[in-house]
Amino acid sequence: MKRMRFYLQLSFTLVVCLFMIVPVIMSVMAGLTTNYFVGLESGLTLRWVKEVWALYADTIWLSIRLALTCLFLTVLLGVPAAYGLLRSKRRWANAIEEALLLPVAIPGLATALALLLAYGHMRGFRESWLFILIGHVLFTLPFMIRPVLAVMRGARLAELEEAAASLGAGFRQRFLGVVVPNCVGGILAGALMVVTLSIGEFNITWMLHTPLNKTLPVGLADSYASMRLEIGSAYTLIFLAMTLPLLVVIQWAGRFANRSRTP
Amino acid sequence: MTSTSITLEGCGRTFPGGQVALHPLDLTVAAGETLVLLGPSGCGKTTTLRIISGLESPDAGGRVRFGERDVTALPIEQRDVGMVFQNYALFPNMSVADNIAYGLRIKGLPREAIRRRLEEVMAMVDLQGFDTRRIHELSGGQKQRVALARAIAVRPKVLLFDEPLSALDAKLRDRLRLEIGQLLRELDITAVYVTHDQAEAMALGDRIAVMQAGRIAQLATPREIYHRPTSTFVADFIGAVNRLEVHATLADRRLRVSGGELHAPHLAGVAAVYCRPEDVQIVTADSADLRGKVRQSIFLGQSQRLLIDLGDSTCLQVETASRRQWRAEEPIGLRLPPEALFHPECHAYPAKDLETNHA
Ligand SMILES: Nc1ncnc2c1ncn2[C@@H]1O[C@H](COP(=O)(O)OP(=O)(O)OP(=O)(O)O)[C@@H](O)[C@H]1O
Ligand SMILES: [Mg+2]
Repeated sequence: MKRMRFYLQLSFTLVVCLFMIVPVIMSVMAGLTTNYFVGLESGLTLRWVKEVWALYADTIWLSIRLALTCLFLTVLLGVPAAYGLLRSKRRWANAIEEALLLPVAIPGLATALALLLAYGHMRGFRESWLFILIGHVLFTLPFMIRPVLAVMRGARLAELEEAAASLGAGFRQRFLGVVVPNCVGGILAGALMVVTLSIGEFNITWMLHTPLNKTLPVGLADSYASMRLEIGSAYTLIFLAMTLPLLVVIQWAGRFANRSRTP
Repeated sequence: MTSTSITLEGCGRTFPGGQVALHPLDLTVAAGETLVLLGPSGCGKTTTLRIISGLESPDAGGRVRFGERDVTALPIEQRDVGMVFQNYALFPNMSVADNIAYGLRIKGLPREAIRRRLEEVMAMVDLQGFDTRRIHELSGGQKQRVALARAIAVRPKVLLFDEPLSALDAKLRDRLRLEIGQLLRELDITAVYVTHDQAEAMALGDRIAVMQAGRIAQLATPREIYHRPTSTFVADFIGAVNRLEVHATLADRRLRVSGGELHAPHLAGVAAVYCRPEDVQIVTADSADLRGKVRQSIFLGQSQRLLIDLGDSTCLQVETASRRQWRAEEPIGLRLPPEALFHPECHAYPAKDLETNHA
């Protein structure tokens, strides 16, 4: 009876996984077949991947640059912001924490429109990739603040800081030597979200991009709309090849950080 | 190690909600002295300690002095105080050695000096060989030793403890208490030690300040606090105490109480007398001051506590050796020597005699 239930659960899980993974595999294969309409018999090729690289390499670099800069900025802004929220005893601190969820609830298109209305007239800025960066930081910042704040709450930070202060550490030394190292777990969890969200972000970016500033997902949409199916699929392949290792590395770093800290 | 005296002048603390944690308080801790702050939960011990450390500021008008120097306006990081916390407050992201060396690194000492000092303090607290251990790989007692080592490593002027042993089990607590006592004597450092454990207070304190509701109820040596409490609160809080109501004062200044008469020439005109359970002697009926019946005996191992019914629904606690077994309802004769009787507001009996009789 128990065995049977186990096998039922196992097969259900496998079916669900297949349901999600099969389309991905098909898409990847499509990017590697010579002619998708003929099928696999037409043979495997890297031609499409090379062609995508020739056409869209700059979108890939831009996406990486955006994601990393965005990560840098969200850490730089998010960790002190979380610390501020942690320390603030005022009532509005709670309200701000709730408001952090807003960018997730507001459609990206609306955020982008607001940015265009506010800064669209500043031509140099509007045409540079920094404009898209602002959108990404707005969108991803809460995903850095929330996990960091959660870890800070659990870490008895106040006591640790008092101990550090009694040993002569000033605010800067305490913040960098005690606060930040003790919320590394939260920063890594946040980093995972920020990087994946930034690389995959489409709504805001699509509104804000210019022909010279296309990110990977925007290029992807472009290729789906105007190119051969094989090229779009090869593009997907490159996207996966970029993000999967990144995710694995950040997950692993998070596990490592947790193991060395918690009992 | 250069130790310094600590002086609090008119230091009160009212929290924003209007909660008065501490009434304006004057207190002096002599250089090299260990002062224990003792009292029930919420009486303001931690608040006093935090005012000394600089983690909390006194209300306007309060002054904190280390030696001659006014440190009221200095934040904790400039006061040169070592702190040991109840929950250790060790840095979980660092090894044992890095924790202990933290203060030395902050001071910017050269590498070699740090290494030498590290070795020295780790030997002092018996932690040799633990350098690379992570904090979560330590037992509670070891954690508190690391915390102690970290606090003394920087040679602070003042050491502050906030219930450092209350998270440990009884046996370990006794051992660490001895070690801390020894360390404090060796270092000859000024220390303030907060606890609600009276055994700890007695063992460690050169003087004890018993606190009650934001005030110091009595400040004196452990012996004095125990044998000559100046209020019923202190008498009750430290150890067990018997209270016998005086029904009448007789012609020869003897006091009539339930169960018999007492001779206490130094306690004239009091409404009640007090005595400690271990000062009551069990004697034969003909030489007894008081007579009663055993109501209950509580076996404590090293001694036993008898509850004696003296009639008039008055009950007396007596502490005595544990071998003899007492049955309920057994008649018993008791003697209360005059020097064992006291009254918090009436201390005419010479202190000298107290010491010789009880030491
Ligand atoms: N931050 C604060 N805000 C408001 N009231 C406080 C604050 N800290 C302490 N109090 C109050 O001040 C009083 C004294 O607190 P304190 O922490 O000094 O007590 P304590 O003697 O250390 O008690 P315990 O043995 O429980 O640690 C308590 O009534 C407490 O509720
Ligand atoms: Mg306390």
